[in-house]
Amino acid sequence: MSTIQSLDKPLVIEPLASLLPRISIPSLGNLPARFGRIGLGIIFPLLLLYLWQIATERVWLPPQLLPEPAFVWETLVDMVSSGELAGHLAVSLQRVLWSVLIGGSIGLAIGFAMGLSKTAKAYLYPSFSLFSQFPVIAWSPLMIIFFGIDEALKISTITVAVIVPFAVATYKGIENVPVKLREVGQIYQFSFAQTLWRIALPAALPAILGGVRQGAMQAWLALVFVELLASSEGLGYLLVYARNLMQLDVVMVCMATIGLVGLIFDFALGFIERHFSRWAPKGR
Amino acid sequence: MASLKDKLPAIDPRGFVLPLLLIVVWQAVTSSGWVDTRIIMPPSAVLSAGWKWLNSGLALESIGASLFRDASGFVLGAAAGITIGLLFGTSKLANNVFGPTFHTLKHISIFAWIPLLSAFFGRDDLAKIVFIAFATLYPVALATIEGVRSIAKSQYEVADVYGFTPRQALFRLILPAASPQIITGLHLGLIFAWLATMGAEFLLASTGEGLGMTVIRGRAAFRVDLIIFGMLIIGAFGMLLNELATRAESRLLHWRGHAR
Repeated sequence: MSTIQSLDKPLVIEPLASLLPRISIPSLGNLPARFGRIGLGIIFPLLLLYLWQIATERVWLPPQLLPEPAFVWETLVDMVSSGELAGHLAVSLQRVLWSVLIGGSIGLAIGFAMGLSKTAKAYLYPSFSLFSQFPVIAWSPLMIIFFGIDEALKISTITVAVIVPFAVATYKGIENVPVKLREVGQIYQFSFAQTLWRIALPAALPAILGGVRQGAMQAWLALVFVELLASSEGLGYLLVYARNLMQLDVVMVCMATIGLVGLIFDFALGFIERHFSRWAPKGR
Repeated sequence: MASLKDKLPAIDPRGFVLPLLLIVVWQAVTSSGWVDTRIIMPPSAVLSAGWKWLNSGLALESIGASLFRDASGFVLGAAAGITIGLLFGTSKLANNVFGPTFHTLKHISIFAWIPLLSAFFGRDDLAKIVFIAFATLYPVALATIEGVRSIAKSQYEVADVYGFTPRQALFRLILPAASPQIITGLHLGLIFAWLATMGAEFLLASTGEGLGMTVIRGRAAFRVDLIIFGMLIIGAFGMLLNELATRAESRLLHWRGHAR
């Protein structure tokens, strides 16, 4: 944890790096142990599945509330093969992409401004830290009034969610650039652009990539929320629609898809982050 | 005790420029009639609507209902989170059997659980509290696992030498040693719980009272003044909770001193 803690508190989940599986080449020695561990991890889901099957066979709960596992699987296969799931997923991913691009640019700009210039920090920081404490969710009713319930609503809400993690990560990344590096830049009389491209950006890159991952996770969280709130297409819409028709099989398929996308985001961006952190400057 | 002046950080007036500018522009565009004042209300209208709402008695009821949900969900979720965290942190078997399922499920965005929860628990307080508890559980559990795992082996060895019973080991070693991370997790959980309270009230708006439900009803009635005021109150309570948690955290962890 770094010294400025108050800024990253709202909404930002500190990734617990120790909990992420590390990619390593297993030696033959620990292979059985690895398989043993994976085997143990599978027992519990299988047990749940079995319990689910029994519960539906004996009708412990009405089938509307607990559809049969086989039925949920059929729904999944149907929705994948008909392209319905892919269609909604594409809409949702597009929204996230645009928001990350827009919000990411704004966040980077704010972060760079606050990190590089003391004057900009004096003007921006108090307002920004106030802004970062407001949950994105609280913004959404106001956004509905301003933007209606169309695409603009989703993009703007998710964008707001993305700005804070990007800006915080960038700002901290630049602030933590070793003083030695800055001094070298001063000695060589680097211009502002040179300082930015040759010193600030490379040194802050690992931190910024951390911000990218958190921003993407926040975007995904906000996307699901805003699509649940008001939408006519996308995964969140499908969730609400299926829930209102009590098609819990579709609800479960949507939840699994949302989880899978979150997982892929986390792994892919975490992988990139670790890849670039290897050459991060260690000293201060 | 340091005097108040020493404790307060020096305030840089430049920080006030942006917020003041925003309010001036807001007031200017609304009073000059450039915009539709039904959509963009002047600041004074927001304040007067807010004042009226605060005096109506409805405000107290709404805030009370929201805080009650927040607190109940938080307490349940925190208790469950610490229990799960201790279990995963201390038992390799539990971690290997339940861990993969637990860590896979955390990737499902919390809001995606709302439709399923509403199918099981309806749209009233029960569903909301279950959801808030669920949102609190993950940060607390993850932090507790980290805390328990960071306990040094030598500390366990000392406990072994003294022949600690499992109970003693839990209360004299594991909980105190993991408390910094647990408290940080609780702090994060508190922020999540407030977020989840608002999310649940927006998405599971029912007939009851609540801050979020007041705002979402304000939207349906196109009461922009009430929405903005409600937003400010929601943000203010979020900040208040955060501030309280920060203070409690530093007080509770005072014994550790400043060294890290």
